[in-house]
Amino acid sequence: MSNFEPVVVVFACDYCAYTAADVAGRMNLSYPSGVRILRVPCTGKVEQLYIMQALQKGADGVLVAGCLVGDCHFKNGNLRAAARVKRVQSLLDDIGIGGERVAMVNVSAGQGAKFAEIATEFSQKIGEMGPNPIKQGAKAAA
Amino acid sequence: MITAERKPMEEIFRLIEPYGKILLVGCNECVTVCHAGGRKEVAMLASALRMGRMKLGAPLTVDELTLERQCDPEYAEELAMVVDQYDAVCSMACGCGVQTVAERYQGLPVLPMVNTEFMGSSESNGVWAERCAGCGNCVLGLTGGICPIARCSKRIFNGPCGGSTKGKCEVSPDIDCAWQLIWDRLKQLGQTELYSQIMAPKDWRTARDGGPRRIVREDMAI
Repeated sequence: MSNFEPVVVVFACDYCAYTAADVAGRMNLSYPSGVRILRVPCTGKVEQLYIMQALQKGADGVLVAGCLVGDCHFKNGNLRAAARVKRVQSLLDDIGIGGERVAMVNVSAGQGAKFAEIATEFSQKIGEMGPNPIKQGAKAAA
Repeated sequence: MITAERKPMEEIFRLIEPYGKILLVGCNECVTVCHAGGRKEVAMLASALRMGRMKLGAPLTVDELTLERQCDPEYAEELAMVVDQYDAVCSMACGCGVQTVAERYQGLPVLPMVNTEFMGSSESNGVWAERCAGCGNCVLGLTGGICPIARCSKRIFNGPCGGSTKGKCEVSPDIDCAWQLIWDRLKQLGQTELYSQIMAPKDWRTARDGGPRRIVREDMAI
């Protein structure tokens, strides 16, 4: 799988992770090009279904990136998101996709370097896990 | 409300294994409120089933539909126009909804996707607790509004038993002793004389022991 470049969808909170990604850009920090960022008003807005559908549509991994614990603009949206991510992880384990393909992370708006580091590390981890297994199944069924 | 929880995915995959095209049907009533089988849960399960089956190389076509109330024949009728297109109907309603749909569409497998649990109320967000056993002869007026059948582990009518310690049940420290709750509430209401009344053995024929129950309201019949 050396030439496998995973697609990682990042649901990034407007108040922190999205800005952190912007800061990473302004610092000219690079992270894998397969990382696709979707801005959300708060990670508390990320429905479990969004994560499922990202994977169903071919993402190899999903990151939900919210504010540091205690710093959520809407008080506890990031805590709710963390609980939902846990629930989705369990479901993904049950259906054989692997809960580790989804993760919740917390970064503040100023942590551009940390965002780039997290995106790179998660992308590498997904790269080691290999492509989303539904792709192989779809090929076999075709 | 009636509470339910999604069945384990392993069991669901086993149930739908023979089928290639299913209709996943939710219900807008109780199972929506307890987040087990409403529109959102239908979408989640549909997505999980599509991915799970795709991974196995056996793609599954899942269409989603949520009825207003699956336990009413008039709403179950809404499926009539489409059910012929499917190998099976998978219901996310409680057992009442599953059976209403199964009765209407006799030639089609109708499979349960949730386990129906109990009649309960919300204690807080995401927490539901049993409150009523549907015994058919309510005694809440004598017990300070706390049910000795649904909330006492032993269904004791003249409690508490010897297993109650510091207001907790011997079955689990997470369970309040219903009779402690009843006593506290009767004291609060100034009705402790109700506690000293011995309750006669219950006639369980009004409960499930009398066989499956029906209510017939002739004034409502058309």
